[in-house]
Amino acid sequence: MIAFLARRLIGAVLVLIAVSFITYLIFIKIPGGDPAQRIAGRTATDANIADIRAKLHLNDPFYVQYWGMMQSLFNGSLKSYASQLNVVSEIKKGIPATLSLCVGAGIIWLFFGILVGVISAVTAGRWSDRLITVFALVGISMPVFWLGLIARYLFAQGHPFALLPDGEYVPLTSNPWQWFVHLLMPWWVLAVLFIGFYGRVLRSNILDTINEDYVRTAKAKGLAANRVLMKHVLRNSLIPIVTLFGLDFAAVVGGSAILTETVFNLHGVGQYAAESTQNLDLPPIMGVTIYATFFIVFFSVVVDFLYAWLDPRIRPT
Amino acid sequence: MATESSTDFTLDTAAELAAEEQGVIEGKSPWLLAWRRLRRNYIALAFLLLFVAIVVMCALAPVYSAHVAHSAPNEGHLGETFTRDGKQIQIVSKGGFAGDKFVAGGVPVGPQLWHAGGRYVFGADNLGRDVAVRLLYGGINSLKIGIGSALICTLLAVVLALLAGYYGGWVDWVISRFFDLIWAFPVLLLAIALGTALSINGFHHFGINLAQGSLWIPTLVISYVLIPYVGRPLRGQIMSLREKEFIEAATAQGASPLRVMFTELTPNIASSVLVFFTLIIASNILTEAGLSFLGAGVQAPNASWGTLIADGQDRIVTAPWLAIIPGIAIVLTVLSLNVFGDGLRDALDPRAKVRMER
Repeated sequence: MIAFLARRLIGAVLVLIAVSFITYLIFIKIPGGDPAQRIAGRTATDANIADIRAKLHLNDPFYVQYWGMMQSLFNGSLKSYASQLNVVSEIKKGIPATLSLCVGAGIIWLFFGILVGVISAVTAGRWSDRLITVFALVGISMPVFWLGLIARYLFAQGHPFALLPDGEYVPLTSNPWQWFVHLLMPWWVLAVLFIGFYGRVLRSNILDTINEDYVRTAKAKGLAANRVLMKHVLRNSLIPIVTLFGLDFAAVVGGSAILTETVFNLHGVGQYAAESTQNLDLPPIMGVTIYATFFIVFFSVVVDFLYAWLDPRIRPT
Repeated sequence: MATESSTDFTLDTAAELAAEEQGVIEGKSPWLLAWRRLRRNYIALAFLLLFVAIVVMCALAPVYSAHVAHSAPNEGHLGETFTRDGKQIQIVSKGGFAGDKFVAGGVPVGPQLWHAGGRYVFGADNLGRDVAVRLLYGGINSLKIGIGSALICTLLAVVLALLAGYYGGWVDWVISRFFDLIWAFPVLLLAIALGTALSINGFHHFGINLAQGSLWIPTLVISYVLIPYVGRPLRGQIMSLREKEFIEAATAQGASPLRVMFTELTPNIASSVLVFFTLIIASNILTEAGLSFLGAGVQAPNASWGTLIADGQDRIVTAPWLAIIPGIAIVLTVLSLNVFGDGLRDALDPRAKVRMER
């Protein structure tokens, strides 16, 4: 177990280095990306630009620049080229909104995904099952930002069914109720796409498990149908869902929530990244990329452990 | 966005169909058998027809633009009027008073359907451009990017999977780590960053010249995203195929590695590749829409379904059709590909579960 942990951690660090280095190379090589010229503006003299280049160490070899950027990122002094704001504190500012969005949406999609999956499996072949199939297929075929726009059009203040506030994030600490109300729509928009999908995966898992010998044994022992379903079938069927959830959650925290954050103007990390890329502002892009990769790698390790814990047949080796 | 790709949906017809055809499969090729199964999956066929219809409609965009709508896709009609039921209607409203009533300015005319003789079937946008025409031209771009990037993605994934699965050893190690790396990359983030950066000046390195508005930029940026999703399961399939007798026989007859890879192994994974290809087009159309929505995909004045939604988002109150209609186009296209892809998978191999690994 310790060897496994060590190997996974070394692998994770290597991935982080590789990802940051590739991101760096791409943005150094991309044409029109000279930050000194953009900072200096249109009326700059050559001396101005040379001065800025020297200050930002842009004349050093690229591996020295890379090392310098990584150092300042990890000691928290990295500054954006465009706004001169501290990258780490900007990311930290965005994290509460991003995590609030992702955790809430994750709870909704996991809970309703499991509910829908169980209903669908128990009523396999009947109308409720068919309806869920249709719902799931439409769900994975919708662009999330479009669903968000439609939701805002219908339910936000000043619209036909004015029920909820129109976007923006209210910190949990300043007003829990407003926090909840403001996030209700983004949560559901992000979750809807997953609910149907998880339901379908769980349905097919349950239908596979239900024919296993130990389920027949449990029924033969005279256990109640509900108990067999909950204790024997569902427990085993949920294992793949755990993996799926871990990876999807990491992907959502690590950047897939960009579109939802942008549509609802939540000022999370994703939106910060989207705004920085529009300015070709390398330091924030690096910062957010590292942050996102960290989440993805971290959760894949967590998933491996959970998997081994839930299913003793799979031991980390 | 995260989970757009993988699917595990079946319409529950495959097993029934497989049971029915026992006894008639002797002497038939696998492709013929697959067609026999697919032919009876009416839902999948209906959605294939829908997809073909969408492609044909988009392909006919120039005809529609010239002979029905009488307006080019980027042609604005500010300050002009058109006739509906003998009445002159402003394409984009001028502000002011009509009698006693105040009329807001700059509001484009809504969907006319067929009441205006084919003009402004889906209304106009804020510059007076015909939304239906832009929808069709935008569809060409969305489909081009979706299909093009899916082609590149599948091609690369197949070649990498063949190399990794056939040679094994360090080749397999390198390719597998490459898949891991793409997997761990925050792909959407990188795609947005790349798309934005490349759309400013284009790309002029290694003898490749892409102009700044080139459709190749979003196509290439999107194409790498799903490579590991396809490459990993294919690599697994090839590894097990590689141990089969027919490969040994081919090698014993003196077939070169390339020959074994392309004439022995490739036909055996062709059915999985075909299914993946269909589902990846669907997924890539969604990714393209997301990129274009954030301004990192197709660049103005070109349109795609994603940019049309982005253009419409600020006018969602006064002109909701601008954002709603292109979204419906995306949903129909992606849905048709997803349903057909599932049907295709069931038809090609009702027993094996070909699905995108995650």
